Amino acid sequence: MQYEAVIGMEVHVEINTKSKIFCGCSTNFHAPPNTNVCPICLGMPGVMPVLNREMVNKSIAAGLALNCTISRWSKMDRKNYFYPDQSKNYQISQYDLPLCLGGWLEIEVNGGPKRIGITRAHMEEDTARNVHTLGGGRSGVDFNRCGMPLLEIVTEPDIRSADEAYAYLTELKQILQYLDVSDCNMEEGSLRAEANISVRPVGTTSFGTKTEVKNVASFSGVQKAIEFEIKRQIKTLNEGGAVMQETRGWDADRGITFTQRQKESAHDYRYFPEPDLVPIVVDAAWEQGVAESLPELPQARRARFAKDYGLSAYDAQVITASQDYADYFETVARSGADPKQAANWMMGDLQALLVDAKQEIQDGLITPSHLSNMLKLIEDGTISGKIAKDVLADMFASGKQPEAIVREKGLLQISDSAALEGIVRRILADNPKQTAEFRAGKEQVLGFFVGQIMKATQGKANPKLVNDILRRELGA
Amino acid sequence: MTAWHQKTAHEIRDAVAKREVSATEITRSYLERIETVDDKVQAYTQVWRSEALAQAEAVDRKAASGQALGPLAGVPVSLKELLCTREGETTCASKILKGFKSPYDAHVVQNLKAADAVLLGKVNMDEFAMGSSTENSSIQRTCNPWNLNCVPGGSSGGSAASVASDCAALSLGSDTGGSIRQPAALCGCVGLKPTYGRVSRFGLVAFASSLDQIGPFSKDVRDAALALNVISGRDPLDATSANLPVPDYTAALTGDMKGLTVGMPIEYFTEDLNAEMRGLIQNAVEVMKAQGAKVVDISLPHSKYSVAVYYIIATAEASANLARFDGVRYGFRHPGAQTLQEMYHLTKTEGFGTEVKRRIMLGTYVLSSGYYDAYYLKAQKVRTLIKQDFDRAFEQCDVIITPTSPTAAFEFGAKTTNPLEMYLSDVYTISTNLAAIPGISVPCGLTAAGLPAGLQILGRVFEEAAILRAAHAYEQHHGLAMGKPALA
Ligand SMILES: [Zn+2]
Repeated sequence: MQYEAVIGMEVHVEINTKSKIFCGCSTNFHAPPNTNVCPICLGMPGVMPVLNREMVNKSIAAGLALNCTISRWSKMDRKNYFYPDQSKNYQISQYDLPLCLGGWLEIEVNGGPKRIGITRAHMEEDTARNVHTLGGGRSGVDFNRCGMPLLEIVTEPDIRSADEAYAYLTELKQILQYLDVSDCNMEEGSLRAEANISVRPVGTTSFGTKTEVKNVASFSGVQKAIEFEIKRQIKTLNEGGAVMQETRGWDADRGITFTQRQKESAHDYRYFPEPDLVPIVVDAAWEQGVAESLPELPQARRARFAKDYGLSAYDAQVITASQDYADYFETVARSGADPKQAANWMMGDLQALLVDAKQEIQDGLITPSHLSNMLKLIEDGTISGKIAKDVLADMFASGKQPEAIVREKGLLQISDSAALEGIVRRILADNPKQTAEFRAGKEQVLGFFVGQIMKATQGKANPKLVNDILRRELGA
Repeated sequence: MTAWHQKTAHEIRDAVAKREVSATEITRSYLERIETVDDKVQAYTQVWRSEALAQAEAVDRKAASGQALGPLAGVPVSLKELLCTREGETTCASKILKGFKSPYDAHVVQNLKAADAVLLGKVNMDEFAMGSSTENSSIQRTCNPWNLNCVPGGSSGGSAASVASDCAALSLGSDTGGSIRQPAALCGCVGLKPTYGRVSRFGLVAFASSLDQIGPFSKDVRDAALALNVISGRDPLDATSANLPVPDYTAALTGDMKGLTVGMPIEYFTEDLNAEMRGLIQNAVEVMKAQGAKVVDISLPHSKYSVAVYYIIATAEASANLARFDGVRYGFRHPGAQTLQEMYHLTKTEGFGTEVKRRIMLGTYVLSSGYYDAYYLKAQKVRTLIKQDFDRAFEQCDVIITPTSPTAAFEFGAKTTNPLEMYLSDVYTISTNLAAIPGISVPCGLTAAGLPAGLQILGRVFEEAAILRAAHAYEQHHGLAMGKPALA
């Protein structure tokens, strides 16, 4: 039987507000345990939460970017369960009236667009972190993370493959980074993705039993885990077995999913409206204010770069991967440098240097003006493309402007015909055998002569000029 | 001359301001009084002798240096055990918080300090404010100053008893279903529950968050107005506190009731109300009429559902509010637990008293999947109907009067075996919290047994001024010889 996969994603994103969702504590991730805490996030007796307005702003921005409807009236609820990573033994979340409802996100599938439905996005507080490495049979709780602002983004079961899931996560991350609502760092846990996966015979519309894959540390991990899980479920069904509803983990080393928790009797969270908070009323003016502050989103920017700067679809995709990268490109392109050349250098030599040095483009010594000036030196024939590679490496290390490097190192391209003619004649005279071969029709020998001339000029000879002079002198 | 501990807060404040007496002298008088009579009453769970004297001395220094004094300068105040204070412990009269020291002061405690009040210590209550007699305290048994064999009411029984026994000039308590007004009535003092949102709840250990409200106990109505001035107002740390200006409530005390219409709910004045209580209320009605009030009958048709609705909503919220007392971060942790589940189980089993456990279980039940719609959701709908009853009633009148409690103080143990009967002690007060409106209890005479009775006056939301005006006019003109409890 032919099966198709039905996948829905739940993504928790830590929103990068300065303070926690319900108190004034810092959201700084790298603080010693239990230092970013106060009576409120510790759930001391008598404390009350106050919703961080910036959290609502950023959540509205995310909702709008995901084409959601922003609820005019929503509320927070208490989700009750006992666990030591909670300071109150209930989590303040949104249950039946989330802030953002019914949107979509467009991904690229086999060269065409596909919309993944967004069911909802709701605000909630993060939990603390339980630490079991203290020894002596003791466990500890670090409450720094308790009360960090989270946005949970839930899709419709619209995803049909591991690749689509990967594309969805990539696009989502890019959007959220463009909005500056989250750094979406999966390793640090500021983005956590869970996939609900089931399979069903092609042509049917009901859902199969789903498994939930959790705690995967990277997008490619999610992709591989889904791939594995789809195959596992199909194999189980083909062998006459049944898929069990359960939570499964991902073993990246062995490349398999494994049972983490069998489905318990459905947990009763006893949700009810949070009486310590007032309803969240977002009027049209508030929503409009956030809408007007939204930056150009990745999809729009890709299209514009292709149109305005003549980039290929692939180049536009790579160049807009991050906002900093795209901003860098646009600064170079607007300075008058050739946009295609700029893109080539950014994706090629410059990217290689950055990767080697583990740097981001905005942190390196090569500013847009460095690159732009270098491209202009190539364009006006001052240096060759080959020499430019050395200039780039020098700029990367020293931060000097390209003109200074060319001057100091004497890298100026030799475009003086008279000087080059002398060199060409000498090389021809020194190599009578090859000269005779060329005149006998062996065209390949030309390359030999170019090489010799470049060697003699330490690569500074203008290649076009060298070619012209050679052919003239050889009488070709 | 009457002793300082017998005087009202405004008398003390004026005398301190005029430097006729020092705050230290006042404080000593109260501490002495506590030493003399609190052995019998047992209102105080903690007395902060040295801290109180230090605060009084600071007020005196301020006065001596000619600085302006706060509106409660030198006024000795007691605090219910569930208000968070840096001083002493904050136990909610529960074993689970025995020894717990709060790292911060409740908003109202900060306000009291800023107003130059002197904090004498903390007073007893029903555990986590659950009860109507203060018998559910894990700490001690507080007696009614008028009859030591009787309860002081609850849950703020210690607050009422401390004021009635002249062991505090003012006290702050909390009222979730009558916990200020009922003990005030049973102890013969004034108790005010402000509108929900009038006073910040930050630092009040929550019982039922949508119903809880902090309010004052006082010896007269003017003091209640004075205290309300100090504790009211928007607090950025309490999202439910109202962003409305705070008027000077003492300015509302005109001494008459001209132009006020008083509503009497027909549902409350039936054969069910005992004749003695009815007689006392009827006398009050005559006094009010004489002061220019017009009296009309009104109807609160859904009031009969109040107790049921209350015990669903309040317990639901309490089941979540009390979940944090788990032994993980603070308070009591059972030493015998080997696993996490055991730690939760043993800590809560031994840390909470019977009534608290009963309400947590009830609240957990009404929120459970399959029961939520039938209980919690339905209760919220009826709560809206009860609110609408009051909206309609207040179209016909400015204030509503009822008895505060169906009976005067009862003897210890009289209702402890029957929780439902205990719950009915709050039958007249509970709907006020459900409707979020303000209410005040003012003494309206003594029963034949020599126990105080209370008249409850209710008003529109944020119209504390109207009920204070009515209560004050009544108090000034009722002509009753209430006297003082014969303690000493
Ligand atoms: Zn905090």
